[in-house]
Amino acid sequence: MGASQSGRVHMFQDLADKTGFSIEQINNLRNRFMYLTQDEDTLRREHLENISNLALNPIRRQIIEAFFDKRNLGEKEKGCLQEIGFEEFVMVLSFFRPPKPRTSDEEMKNIKKEKLRFLFNMHDTDNDGVITLDEYRRVVEELLSSYETIGAETAKAISDAAMLEVASVTVGQMGPDEFYEGITFEQFMQILKNVEIETKMNIHFWNLDKRTMQCGK
Amino acid sequence: MASSVYLCLLRAVFLVCFVNPLIQGLSEDESVFQNPHHQQEENLTGLPIVTFKWHHVETPYLVIIWVFVAGLAKLSVVELNHHVISVVPESGLLIILGFILGGIVWGADRAQTFKLLPPTFFYYLLPQIILDASYFMPNKLFFSNLGAILIYAIFGTCWNAATVGLSLWGCYEAGVMGNLDIGLLQFLLFGSLIAAVDPVAVIAVFEEVHVNEVLFILVFGESLLNDGVTVVLYNVFDAFVALGGPRIDAAEIFKGIFSFVVVAFGGSFLGIGFAILLSLLTRCTKHIQIIEAGFVFVVGYLAYLTAEMLSLSAILSITFCGICCQKYVNANMDEKSVTTVRHAMKLLANGSETMIFLFLGVTAIDTEIWVWNTGFILLTLLFVFIYRIIGTFLFTWMLNKFRLVPIEVIDQVVMSYGGLRGAVAYGLAALLDEDKIPEKNLMISTTLIVVYFTVILQGITMKPLVQWLKVKRAAHSDLKLIEKLNNRAFDHILAAVEDICGRIGDNWWTRGWNRFEENYISWLLMKPKARKNRDYLFSIFHKLNLEDAINYVSEGERQGSLAFSRSDEAANVDFKKQFGSEFADVMPNIMVDMSNYELGIEHFSVTSIVKDTIPSVSLDIHGQDRKNAMDDINAHHLLQQHLYRSRKHHRHKYSRSHFSINQNEDEVQEIFQRTMRSRLESFKSTKMGVNPAKKITKHHKKELTHKMPNGHPDGTGHLYGDEEVEGLCVFLPHLIEAGIENPVFLPDMDSPTHSPPWLMETEAVAPSQRAQRRLPWTPNRLRRLAPMRISTCSTDSFLMADVSLTLEEHEEHSQTDHVEM
Repeated sequence: MGASQSGRVHMFQDLADKTGFSIEQINNLRNRFMYLTQDEDTLRREHLENISNLALNPIRRQIIEAFFDKRNLGEKEKGCLQEIGFEEFVMVLSFFRPPKPRTSDEEMKNIKKEKLRFLFNMHDTDNDGVITLDEYRRVVEELLSSYETIGAETAKAISDAAMLEVASVTVGQMGPDEFYEGITFEQFMQILKNVEIETKMNIHFWNLDKRTMQCGK
Repeated sequence: MASSVYLCLLRAVFLVCFVNPLIQGLSEDESVFQNPHHQQEENLTGLPIVTFKWHHVETPYLVIIWVFVAGLAKLSVVELNHHVISVVPESGLLIILGFILGGIVWGADRAQTFKLLPPTFFYYLLPQIILDASYFMPNKLFFSNLGAILIYAIFGTCWNAATVGLSLWGCYEAGVMGNLDIGLLQFLLFGSLIAAVDPVAVIAVFEEVHVNEVLFILVFGESLLNDGVTVVLYNVFDAFVALGGPRIDAAEIFKGIFSFVVVAFGGSFLGIGFAILLSLLTRCTKHIQIIEAGFVFVVGYLAYLTAEMLSLSAILSITFCGICCQKYVNANMDEKSVTTVRHAMKLLANGSETMIFLFLGVTAIDTEIWVWNTGFILLTLLFVFIYRIIGTFLFTWMLNKFRLVPIEVIDQVVMSYGGLRGAVAYGLAALLDEDKIPEKNLMISTTLIVVYFTVILQGITMKPLVQWLKVKRAAHSDLKLIEKLNNRAFDHILAAVEDICGRIGDNWWTRGWNRFEENYISWLLMKPKARKNRDYLFSIFHKLNLEDAINYVSEGERQGSLAFSRSDEAANVDFKKQFGSEFADVMPNIMVDMSNYELGIEHFSVTSIVKDTIPSVSLDIHGQDRKNAMDDINAHHLLQQHLYRSRKHHRHKYSRSHFSINQNEDEVQEIFQRTMRSRLESFKSTKMGVNPAKKITKHHKKELTHKMPNGHPDGTGHLYGDEEVEGLCVFLPHLIEAGIENPVFLPDMDSPTHSPPWLMETEAVAPSQRAQRRLPWTPNRLRRLAPMRISTCSTDSFLMADVSLTLEEHEEHSQTDHVEM
């Protein structure tokens, strides 16, 4: 018992170094993880899908998918996993960790890039490094699906218009025979450069406690 | 520069000539003025033809003269700013101009006859400014920073009032100010009135500086709410002063705090109540659209006055009324009324802002109020400045412990430096009761100096400071739609991750509130129809579309050829004849689709096939048009002008409640037929070998539109004839011939051809000339309009499906266009 305890502490320490969470946060997340998986060691999609609050989220599919996306787990290869362990879970969540106070500009830039990469991967479902119009449309459609008054057609029109906007800004005047493939990561960074993602894509992790842990299921 | 100098001179002359007699009118000795009048009447024998009745119109006349002068002042200040310097903020310049005007009045009268009196200020000048600020408050930003704003507004204000008051009192006790008749309570009262950070002054300066949005909302929200808080605090201390020092015990203090809470929150809730009333009211103003805009002002003012009557905080009341109602009111009212409200609001707010600053200057030129006490004045300035800084840093430090994104030090500096004092402080100082506060004049003059110091000096240095500190400015972005989309997705992602982590966070609350709001509040306060359209993203989309359409039209007009605006059909004929499938410009394809949204949302789908690498082929084409189509244009132009004009002359009517005129069915029908005929004729003369359609009938068009959805490219050849004959620019995609796929510019092949709106009109309505303008040829300019196409994917037929439903709207539109011709 004692050995496994210390082994866990060690593992937590590793994770903490890797992700930047504090031990306490990781502990909290561990509890939450066990709660979600009902004390199994791996998390599967249906575990996340069972979260009741999430059911109302129009883009839950993509978000859940992001947890199983190998690209977000620091691996080179592409594709999806069927189940993830705690380590992966924490790693995905670490994208939402607020940057530490007094981070240098350089680090801030990296953090920003990582966060953007996460978002980009979420949109780029087929892993080809480009968000095609098709992919983007699907996102927008899902995004707007909770508003029953906006039909699929409008969603389509909106996504088209948004895409066109991107094209006109990033590519400028397109030649007549150019084919706009879609948004590449560079363009993605360009269009979101004004959104201070490093300050927005953050969640408080520090006051997770047992009580709130039980919510949402 | 020169012009503004002239303006100033002109106004000076004007003032000397006109205001001088007016001033006499204001002077207490009214009988002096009455007498000549009577004499005049007595001298006249028989019936007077005209009489000079100055005292009849005196008050309104003076008011309006001053409004006029203020308008001129604003004009000259803006001109001056524009031409010479943008160093001094407008508010500062207006105050300085006020000095000059005040000097003129004083020179003429040896006394300051015009002053900014507190009742005028609080009842007639302030409400619209507050209403404007709150009505245009960026709600999401405001509420997401509400915690910080409240902390600054409530605790910050109390802190400022207390520390300034106490420090001044301490210095007084230490003997720095000599002999004054002021006690501790009076000092606290003074501290509370000087703690009011003025939204007017702050906005005036910050708007010019363009700081980042969080900083802006913090300063702006704080100054707006802290006005309310200051007034409440002022009233509490005023009551204490009236009560007198010895009679204040713990119970009274407790009562004071309690009343503070009640007054502040009571006012806020009252405002929310009025916002609900207003929203409900605008739900059912469909039939009185012409006056519905007025309700916003009336109810807002009512909220203000009611709160005043109940001795609740009027400023907070009107603030929350504006903040809460904006969404529902904007959704419920007709788009035109929304525009009306917007403009009227800005007009009123801007106007009274100008008046306020001007009078802050004018008021200063008066020997009566100036009492100098170096110690008091300088120390006040110092304390106001220092405690503002200390307070900001203190509260930010506390806030930063809880904030996800800490407020940076630089922002804190700007926030503390942005503590401009303004008219509210002066108004409160002028409200002081001289019996209770013997040193009232000293307080007024100190307040004025603080106001001048902060508005002018801090205003001037604000911009350099912001630049020097490299404060994050508001980022300007061209990407509007995608930004909103991303933000939306973002909110959902954050909420989802919070769910997964099992934490109830800010996003959880926001989402919970949104859901509640959507389900219940919107249901209650919004028209069902408006509810459908209220989605924020959608409205952005709509707005951008409209913007693009307008840009496009004005672009066309700027590029200027008559051909652009007048002879589309001819242009197209020539264009095709000449270039065929080899050359292609942007092929306009206007699709007005309104059915889903009933609001008149227009999707313009720009489609194009561009083979030529020069994007501005259109210029050539225009050249061609002009030559070839001149006769044609002239003919039609003449005919139309003639037709329309004669009708208009005879049918002009006045209506108090409707703008539109000349919408007679028969007449429109007739015009349509005539123009159509003329087009047919002109067409025949230019184009050979096509079978002109003899009649323009419903049937024909139905057929046409039915044919399109099948999307046979080979059908295009035949259809040309019909289209051109009709003089309508339906372009069919030349996709096959062009053989190039550029998803941005490609038309939807599989989708039905998007016939322009006028083609859809099965009723015989003359196609409006305006609607027939070509779409822009540089896709760059029209970023959002075109639906794109993915090569693999066969796309939407939604465009067509909606058409039949929209006929009525189209008709309406083109009719209005029509009338405008």
